[in-house]
Amino acid sequence: IRVDSRTIYVGHRSSSTNEAFIPPKFCDNRIVSSKYTVWNFLPKNLFEQFRRIANFYFLIIFLVQVIVDTPTSPVTSGLPLFFVITVTAIKQGYEDWLRHKADNEVNKYPVTVLEDGRRIRKESEKIKVGDVVEVEEDKTFPCDLILLQSSRGDDTCFVTTASLDGESNHKTHYTVPDTEKDLESLNATIECEQPQPDLYKFVGRMHIYKTNQEPAVRSLGPENLLLKGATLKNTQKICGVAVYTGMETKMALNYQGKSQKRSAVEKSINAFLLVYLCILVSKALVCTTLKYVWQGKPGQDEPWYNEKTQREKDTNLYLKMFTDFLSFMVLFNFIIPVSMYVTVEMQKFLGSFFITWDKDFFDPEIKEGALVNTSDLNEELGQVEYVFTDKTGTLTQNNMEFIECCIDGFQYKYQDESSELDGLCVPDGPVSKLQQKAGREREELFLRALCLCHTVQVKESSEQGQAHEQRGFIASSPDEVALVKGTVVERSSMYELLHVLNFDPVRRRMSVIVRSKSGETLLFCKGADSSIFPRVKQEEVERIRMHVERNATEGYRTLCVAYKYLSEEEYAQADAGLREARLALQDREQKLMSVYNQVETGMSLIGATAVEDRLQEEAAETMEALQGAGMNVWVLTGDKMETAKSTCYACRLFQRSTELLELTVRTLEDGGRRREERLHELLLDYHKKAVQDAPPVKAGVTRRWSSANQDYGFIIDGATLSMVLNSSSESNASRYKNLFLQICQNCTAVLCCRMAPLQKAQIVKMVKNSKGCPITLSIGDGANDVSMILEAHVGIGIKGKEGRQAVRNSDYAIPKLKHLKKLLLAHGHLYYVRIAHLVQYFFYKNLCFILPQFLYQFFCGYSQQPLYDAAYLTMYNICFTSMPILAYSLLEQHICIEVLLDNATLYRDIAKNAMLRWGLFLYWTLLGVFHGLLFFFGVRFLFSNPALQDNGQVFGNWSYGTIVFTVLVFTVTLKLALDTRHWTWINHFVIWGSLAFYVFFSFFWGGIIWPFLKQQRLYFVFANMLSSVSAWLVIILLILVSLLPEILLVVFRKPRGPNARQIAPVTPLSYKHLKEDD
Amino acid sequence: MMATSYNAKDEDGHITVSGPGGGTLRSRKPENTAFKQQRLPAWQPILTAGTVLPAFFIIGLIFIPIGIGLYVTSNNIREFEVDYTGVDVSSPCFNCSQNYSWNSSRPCTCTIPFYLEQPYEGNVYMYYGLSNFYQNHRRYVKSRDDSQLHGDMDSLLTPSKECEPYAFHDKKPIAPCGAIANSMFNDTLELFYNDPNGTKVLVPLANTGIAWFTDKYVKFKNPGGDGANLTAVFQGTSKPVNWLKPVYELDKNSSNNGFINEDFIVWMRTAALPTFRKLYRTIKDAKVIPTLPSGNYTLEVVYNYPVRSFEGRKRMILSTISWMGGKNPFLGIAYVTVGSVCFFLGVVLLVIHHKCGNRNNSADISN
Repeated sequence: IRVDSRTIYVGHRSSSTNEAFIPPKFCDNRIVSSKYTVWNFLPKNLFEQFRRIANFYFLIIFLVQVIVDTPTSPVTSGLPLFFVITVTAIKQGYEDWLRHKADNEVNKYPVTVLEDGRRIRKESEKIKVGDVVEVEEDKTFPCDLILLQSSRGDDTCFVTTASLDGESNHKTHYTVPDTEKDLESLNATIECEQPQPDLYKFVGRMHIYKTNQEPAVRSLGPENLLLKGATLKNTQKICGVAVYTGMETKMALNYQGKSQKRSAVEKSINAFLLVYLCILVSKALVCTTLKYVWQGKPGQDEPWYNEKTQREKDTNLYLKMFTDFLSFMVLFNFIIPVSMYVTVEMQKFLGSFFITWDKDFFDPEIKEGALVNTSDLNEELGQVEYVFTDKTGTLTQNNMEFIECCIDGFQYKYQDESSELDGLCVPDGPVSKLQQKAGREREELFLRALCLCHTVQVKESSEQGQAHEQRGFIASSPDEVALVKGTVVERSSMYELLHVLNFDPVRRRMSVIVRSKSGETLLFCKGADSSIFPRVKQEEVERIRMHVERNATEGYRTLCVAYKYLSEEEYAQADAGLREARLALQDREQKLMSVYNQVETGMSLIGATAVEDRLQEEAAETMEALQGAGMNVWVLTGDKMETAKSTCYACRLFQRSTELLELTVRTLEDGGRRREERLHELLLDYHKKAVQDAPPVKAGVTRRWSSANQDYGFIIDGATLSMVLNSSSESNASRYKNLFLQICQNCTAVLCCRMAPLQKAQIVKMVKNSKGCPITLSIGDGANDVSMILEAHVGIGIKGKEGRQAVRNSDYAIPKLKHLKKLLLAHGHLYYVRIAHLVQYFFYKNLCFILPQFLYQFFCGYSQQPLYDAAYLTMYNICFTSMPILAYSLLEQHICIEVLLDNATLYRDIAKNAMLRWGLFLYWTLLGVFHGLLFFFGVRFLFSNPALQDNGQVFGNWSYGTIVFTVLVFTVTLKLALDTRHWTWINHFVIWGSLAFYVFFSFFWGGIIWPFLKQQRLYFVFANMLSSVSAWLVIILLILVSLLPEILLVVFRKPRGPNARQIAPVTPLSYKHLKEDD
Repeated sequence: MMATSYNAKDEDGHITVSGPGGGTLRSRKPENTAFKQQRLPAWQPILTAGTVLPAFFIIGLIFIPIGIGLYVTSNNIREFEVDYTGVDVSSPCFNCSQNYSWNSSRPCTCTIPFYLEQPYEGNVYMYYGLSNFYQNHRRYVKSRDDSQLHGDMDSLLTPSKECEPYAFHDKKPIAPCGAIANSMFNDTLELFYNDPNGTKVLVPLANTGIAWFTDKYVKFKNPGGDGANLTAVFQGTSKPVNWLKPVYELDKNSSNNGFINEDFIVWMRTAALPTFRKLYRTIKDAKVIPTLPSGNYTLEVVYNYPVRSFEGRKRMILSTISWMGGKNPFLGIAYVTVGSVCFFLGVVLLVIHHKCGNRNNSADISN
């Protein structure tokens, strides 16, 4: 039976003496993040590797080769497979060894445990649930602890959770109230929920037993829980009792691999693989069938010169057919090469280095460049169709500056930093009627509210007595820092803080309840206008609303401040309610919420503040480039509509000419009818406007051409969105969703404001799953963007100020928004082109590799005789043709980076997986077939008279294969050379090097009698081939004829498309170029 | 420390490689090297009609003469072919082909008269050709033991398993083992020139210089070294089932006997296609008169090799040789064709380019 809560005996002391004390069993504090041990590494790792379908396929092929009598030796497929498996195993083994090391370091870490009043040093892994652990400053917590005692006077301690969620700010945690100072005599039990991974949730209850007293009950919340992995700061030492240990700590529970994202290219690869698998199977089937048809003719199956062994004769016919089929499969299996997987992985892994290396992504402020968390999605960066961006911290800098405030409708401007207090109080008066000042009393109240209602901590400088100005402010939100910096008043020592009603994004406000010296109880509340206005007296609203809206349209973040006096009874009631809710074990959140809502009513509005959040550098240019590249940009923000709208205008997402289609609570309420009806009406109306009346947009038509049409911008808010998505009737819901999506797709920009984090993800998911499965990209910087970052195909984190959570959950992290442009337009574009070409080329080169071997079956009695020697079969993909394509797929710049950045429209050329469409795939396949046929039959006609040497001697079957293979290697390599637009010395080196290596290897391989080979098939075959003029001539001819259509196509293809002229004047890069850049 | 170690993602046995950095944040400024910034100096060739057109013309201009040269050369090669299988009743070898048995002690001979219309000058090569003979069948190709043929004593007595079912006979190892060796061509062909004055002159046929040099001197070696007594060395082995003589009696000349017999070596190089020819003898240039003057000849065949059972054909081919090898018009025709196509394309391209170029220019102006 699963118990919903666990009971912990603090210090292992039982609560009552008469009950038999049975210590409950919990897991120990060992962290095991490693996957393997020395003993299970081999079987477990192999099992996991062969769970992958491709590896399994190659294993099967290998086993078939071992078991069945097949034409090629098991080495040909075993060696590459062995190589891949070994490399992967070594890599995973190494990673696991690192994990073991890290585990050990953590598990053997010495900690101090208080036992019966003595301090005992223990290894971290020996901590048991219920142990009282002592932790010193700057040490990490060894397990999840309930804070019992702190060396600080105010029963608090500070921690940073940098290694947990990346946030480096200090967070305050509180000791359990009323625990005794003497931990030795503390007799208490803790009841808390079972371990769960949410870092920010914890519910528990502590029973404190005192002799001769009723047991006291204290509620425990996340503020009492110190998480394993967090570090103690600013506090000399603390004591806490272990509640979750080892693998049950929140940190360990949070270790769940992110779900693997698969790129569109990978899906294409799988589709192509399927086609090739079909080709493979059908080839094998055709050959098997023909073989038995052919053998049916008299004298063909077993002529006198070629008798079967007794065993072969005895074999059952159907079994023979089956093994023949398998043999053909093995013979043709090179059409699906192991090496493609290896090359693709290498390309992705090595390719992603170019992102980290790019100095354009380096931000001197934070001294960091881009970060690649996954290399699987490089090419997806070139396929983005929808960009979902957060506003605060992403489009804007999240660097708050206090601009102005208004108190009771009078405007105050913050003038300059030196005259802090005065500057604030001097009314600034370009706006005529605001010359007057509000009452002094109101001013003070307002400032007091700002001072009190926050979570800002003054950082204690380690050296006391330092200058006052060097104090830094640490808070959970940069907004607050700005406000507090703006209003430095005497510290609020004269107020007693009673309750903090924490901020959360749903309520969008926070409150404090304080008691002044005079004994009055006040509630100060601060929050978004939409959440404050309904809770204050309506007559006050109008005065402030104007300011708030004006500020919002100017792009400032506004906060409203309200207060109310609490009478004794009111306070008592609120106090009781809060305490009760905090003690609740179940649904604590909801209960708290309802109490909050109850308390925060009937307040009076004092004023509002405006804080400017400046646009990120080059935000507008970046957005313009993204739109020019054919991406739909959606802004998803939790901010209010006006602010968000003004940001959109500033970013040029909305132009002056853009017609805005609003679907917000306000427009819904305009008609005065039921919201549902109005929503229905508006949706249809907008749909008519944006979708039906708009001329059909053809793919690839750039915005420049369609500028005559009306641009539409769409605005929706969270409340309306949830109405659209969760409409009352099921049929309406899907219909609305469709309408909504269609409208959005026809708008140049979409703004979704007032979004909860989950709604952001919902939108991303909706678009992701809409018709055509567009590729989505989410970019954000804060914890509230994590859900959408994880949801989108590509998640980009900005290394902003709101902690590192977004960065940790992202696939790529960049320091600034402006870097997105290069990441997508240059890197994404290039990676896509590279990998698409890599994939097509790989399929092509293996098709024309295997096709001659297939055709040869028609000439060798369907006997599975390989055309090429085993060495060539094995080396073809590993050595002879692998390096040029790898170099190409790492270095190719078919259009140079500057041009890509200057012409965003180039991005449209590769949209919708353009280079991996079936049409192109067919083209490459046909090319492969053409080449294969050409190679085989070209040499076939040459061999109609095998006397090819000038001394009358003849060539045999291995010469035949070698000539075909030589033509093949040269053609395939030169084909790539033709496609290469960017020849660096590396390309030259690998392309010519591969060819030279092939020639060298062939000489070498044929030049020695290899003692380990059963047959010296290729002995001097290559050298003899080269001594024949005819062989030379046919090789040159075939290579040329193979490449001729390619060259022709290249010539004809060139002047097509509207962008041809832009590509043409490509400036050759040079070292000079590079130096100029420095 | 823990955090970074947790960062390694779960891989499910994929060959995925986690990205560089793996979560550890680099605070170093990326190096500004040409390679890392993808700014390596590069040659960016762009194929345009302008660059390709000359290439087409050049290819055309080079290929057409080469093709013509090849075609003429091939045409100048004299080749004569006679089928002596004996399928037709009228054919001289019909009887031999009918009464065939491996064990007949009396060899069956037949003579085929033929007439050479043109004199054959220079070295003349005599080939035997077989049709529908699958020397490239997998079971056949692998049925040999190269280390035995290389003179390895162990392999001589314990032939490789690949030789089955031609590895042992009467519990004795077969030397040379395998299907290829067993089915060695053993017709004897002799050529007589019927002098106009009535005498039959035996045309001297050289049976050396017909195998690859490296095969004869490196790849194939008699067991026991050069001077060894082959009869003694092959003691304890059995001759291939279908052979009339053991391997050490293939030739009287000791440097052409045993495994290094050139007829044997030629046969051991398996043909690429089921219809093939193999070099049988060479007729050395007589210098003064044509090697084979035109006139009547007689081919005397000691008919040992059965092909009727698998519908095969046997041919004797006489051919002169040029620098490009034997007669084969394919290359010449191919070169001329490709050259002409290139030239033609060049012309077409030139026209198109000329017209399009003009149109483009005018379009530019109108823009």
